[in-house]
Amino acid sequence: MAEAALKVGLHDNKNFLSGLFFIGTGGLGIFMAQDYPMGSALRMGPGYFPIVLSGMLILFGIYCLIQGLLNPEKLPHNWSPRALLILPIATVVFGILMEHAGFIPALIVLIFISSYAGREFKFWEVLVMAIGLTIGSWALFIWGLGLPYPLIVGY
Amino acid sequence: MDLFNNLILGFSVALTLQNLWFCFIGCFLGTLIGVLPGIGPLATIAMLLPITFNVPPTSALIMLAGIYYGAQYGGSTTAILVNLPGETSAVVTCLDGYQMARQGRAGPALGIAAIGSFFAGTVCTLIIALFGPPIAEMALKFGAPEYFSLMMMGLVTAAVLAHGDMIKSLAMVCLGLLLGVVGTDVNSGMARYSFGVPELTDGIGFIVIAVGVFAVSEIIQNLGDKEERVVFTKKVTNLWPTWADIKTSMGAIFRGTAIGAFFGVLPGTGPAIASFSSYMVEKKLAKDPSRFGKGAIEGVAGPESANNADAQCKFIPTLTLGIPASAVMALMLGALTIQGIAPGPQVMTQKPDLFWGLIASMWIGNFMLVILNLPMIGLWVSLLKVPYRILFPCIMAFSCIGIYSVNNSSYEIYLTAFFGVIGFLWMRFEMQPAPMLLGFVLGPLMEENLRRALLISRGDPSVFVTRPISASFVAMTVIILIVMGLPAIRKRREQITD
Repeated sequence: MAEAALKVGLHDNKNFLSGLFFIGTGGLGIFMAQDYPMGSALRMGPGYFPIVLSGMLILFGIYCLIQGLLNPEKLPHNWSPRALLILPIATVVFGILMEHAGFIPALIVLIFISSYAGREFKFWEVLVMAIGLTIGSWALFIWGLGLPYPLIVGY
Repeated sequence: MDLFNNLILGFSVALTLQNLWFCFIGCFLGTLIGVLPGIGPLATIAMLLPITFNVPPTSALIMLAGIYYGAQYGGSTTAILVNLPGETSAVVTCLDGYQMARQGRAGPALGIAAIGSFFAGTVCTLIIALFGPPIAEMALKFGAPEYFSLMMMGLVTAAVLAHGDMIKSLAMVCLGLLLGVVGTDVNSGMARYSFGVPELTDGIGFIVIAVGVFAVSEIIQNLGDKEERVVFTKKVTNLWPTWADIKTSMGAIFRGTAIGAFFGVLPGTGPAIASFSSYMVEKKLAKDPSRFGKGAIEGVAGPESANNADAQCKFIPTLTLGIPASAVMALMLGALTIQGIAPGPQVMTQKPDLFWGLIASMWIGNFMLVILNLPMIGLWVSLLKVPYRILFPCIMAFSCIGIYSVNNSSYEIYLTAFFGVIGFLWMRFEMQPAPMLLGFVLGPLMEENLRRALLISRGDPSVFVTRPISASFVAMTVIILIVMGLPAIRKRREQITD
């Protein structure tokens, strides 16, 4: 047991980190709800429910934290920092382009950027996929369902 | 006979050309995403929800329901043929189904899964038809304390029966409830947790969280894993199980259906629990338990009947009480709300065509699935050859378009990206997102009912245990917590869910 504890650092300790997350969220919840009137049990104010919940979250968090210290378990090791970075960026870029450039550029850029998150990136394959998906989505969403998005802004 | 009149009404609605077509689309899409790993019914329904706006309510629900039970079905096909559970509920089917396939008995395994599912579907259609109206009638007498206790029971079961650590899942429920608080408080008009962002005063969209966590995070997670090469078994011949097969599975199908129906009515549990319980029961009852894991046909028949029964009976609490029994059911209620129909016990009396049409369509859909699946198995399996690098950008594209179409604004897109990142952290820390999502959905309802209950009782919390119906829900919650908290059972539960 003690040996296992030595091997798992706190930054790698699954339950310890979960505990921190819960305590942090609960803390933020209480901090922000300070200004919300609590009211009484009879007439609950808007602060009552969130503060009780945040408090419970902190208690559960403390339990997880202690669990993590007593029985350290390592985080699963396989993860892709690349995907974690690229996919949210792709999503945000889609949002920006939808408003400023139009449906076609937004979709094509989305597919190119997201594909880049994968292990392999084959330009021609992605291009064919982007074109095919754009035509398909146009047919389904804009032509078929009549969603009112400009294909290219300004045209 | 009311029952027959109701069912006739249902079939007359479900058998119109339009509704048959939507039922077919739903079953087809459901099977498709059931076969494909990495995308489940939750994300699919969330993406498609905005587009059901243009469809009449009955047809919309028929299609969404088809996606839901179709996915259970598709998931088992790949579990049997390639040992790849398309959905979590099919994990158990892999154990014996894949072994049967390796012994050249893929056909009978698929056949018995289809027969079991169809049988369970038929029985559950009748169960809903029989018990739906009395439950709805009872629910009309529910007051705020009853609703609150019932929801609490659902959340506790959802957490306790989820995978992984129980305390963490309970914490996730609280987190979900807290996320549900975000937005304007209906009683005081005060904006809570809005961080000064005007859009947040309307609250966080359920679809945003569902797609963020169950599509975007899921993809990030999958890209960290090595891509598995699919190994195909021999060609599927002869789909029909032999008489001996049917005889051995018959009991399992009956028991599986009963177990599935039981868990189905219980809010908070998912089909995976039903199929797992059924497998354990069959193993316990078998004369020779050592056959299990080596291609025992009961190990396919029982769980497959159970998960289908569960999926279908989840509609009972959802439609009769207006309380979503699972995250997917919350989306179904979302579809109703989009159409301007308030979910609750009154739906059955005010919209009988919708209620009974949906029920009848589920039976028709189950029948369609049998026809759709068995001859087309080759096609579904060849879909698995599509590499993930093609699949995931498609999922991203449909998710983004779906989210954008909720309000035709990019704000939801940015929030989805945020939940994609947070959801990935949750998955990495093994914090289960499913109980969180249920908490999120029930949050506002729970707060509202809690306030009302305490207002009626003049601030006395004993109201939850002095009213008999509410007290029985509270008692069940406590029993579930105590039983599952017992060290012996907890240990066993951890063994099972790992």
